[in-house]
Amino acid sequence: MREFEYCRARSVDEVLRWLRDGTDSKLLAGGQSLLGAMKLGLMAPERLIDLQGLAELRGCAATAGGELQLGAMQSHASLARHALLRGLVPGLARLASHIADEQVRSQGTLGGSLANADPAACWPAGMLALGATLVTDRRELPADEFFTGFFSTALEPDELLCSVRLRRPRRFAYAKFEQAASRFALVGVALAQFDDGAVRVALTGGAHGVQRLPAFEQALGQRFAAEALQGLKVDAALMSSDVHGEADYRAHLAGVLAARVVQDALTLEST
Amino acid sequence: MLEFRVNGRPCRLELGNASLLVDALREPLGLTGTHQGCDTAQCGACTVLLNGRAVKSCNVLARQAEGADVGTIEGLAAPGEWHALQLAFSRHHALQCGFCTPGMLMRALAMKAEGVPPEPAAVRQALAGNLCRCTGYEGIVAAICEWLGAEHA
Repeated sequence: MREFEYCRARSVDEVLRWLRDGTDSKLLAGGQSLLGAMKLGLMAPERLIDLQGLAELRGCAATAGGELQLGAMQSHASLARHALLRGLVPGLARLASHIADEQVRSQGTLGGSLANADPAACWPAGMLALGATLVTDRRELPADEFFTGFFSTALEPDELLCSVRLRRPRRFAYAKFEQAASRFALVGVALAQFDDGAVRVALTGGAHGVQRLPAFEQALGQRFAAEALQGLKVDAALMSSDVHGEADYRAHLAGVLAARVVQDALTLEST
Repeated sequence: MLEFRVNGRPCRLELGNASLLVDALREPLGLTGTHQGCDTAQCGACTVLLNGRAVKSCNVLARQAEGADVGTIEGLAAPGEWHALQLAFSRHHALQCGFCTPGMLMRALAMKAEGVPPEPAAVRQALAGNLCRCTGYEGIVAAICEWLGAEHA
């Protein structure tokens, strides 16, 4: 790894000052993806800004409006075990508990995963399906606008993701077909149904970053049952081909997983 | 200057910012019980405790541990003594070449705080980030279950 300047931020203002002073800076949350990329030379920032000391980026609490607010610096492991999250959206806590392995989960963070927008990551699919609001230092972005493609988000170069807010769904479930070594999703499908009957379905593991499956949403909005998806297919053009699987195989898996998450959502209800 | 505590002992090190926690432990501090295996956060041989949480020290900067408590295999038991977990590994033949063992022990130690129940399926899931190419895991899982069960009793 090439040498860099290391700064541990004491406030959000300090983060923003460093992001704007002309030095090529990267934010360091848990580092579980970033450090791997730096070791491979895929990234070589001049400065890392460590966010671990920012208490305002932590927490998991219900808001006055009845929504749930999750701090960007909460680790996957802490959210997997969080009683409030497990109570309100058990499927989301379950999603967190199946990211990578415990050592990575104890260090990796929600905000790091969302801002990195790895096309095979789990959190982006969950937040897109839930229609979550991503709260930055200056604005609130709906998940539909936040994720803009392959490792790509709407965040400005000097913008900091602070927390995520979500409303409680009637049902939520997520399933992935794991790439056996990394436990990233070869394909993953997240699904949320809300009290008004609306359904949102998000696909991860695709070629263009996380995205919704409108035809699946419509079918499930009319009838929330696995059978409602019969005849629907995920377009192989959404998927990529590599050593782990061809695009048509992944597209097939996505359809199978979609039917499975409907079943899971019916058994794993929000309480 | 990096300051942190390793196995309860305050340490001050001159290190480059790009140094990984595993490098800080193994080289300046000579704590070579923490093994560097894959260097890609997959094998778990470099697992240590960072403020009580099991982490892969090949995927954490030494700087990230500034001010923290780091626990390594060397701190498990006093010289000449054995930790109950080590004795359980011995009883169950839970190692062969031994390369993964420090990481396995540190991982197992954190399972208690996580509330992992002393059941093989739960322990196997909790151990997903630690690879062993010798034993087939049977002895490791049995040893950890025995220790977790005894500690819970």
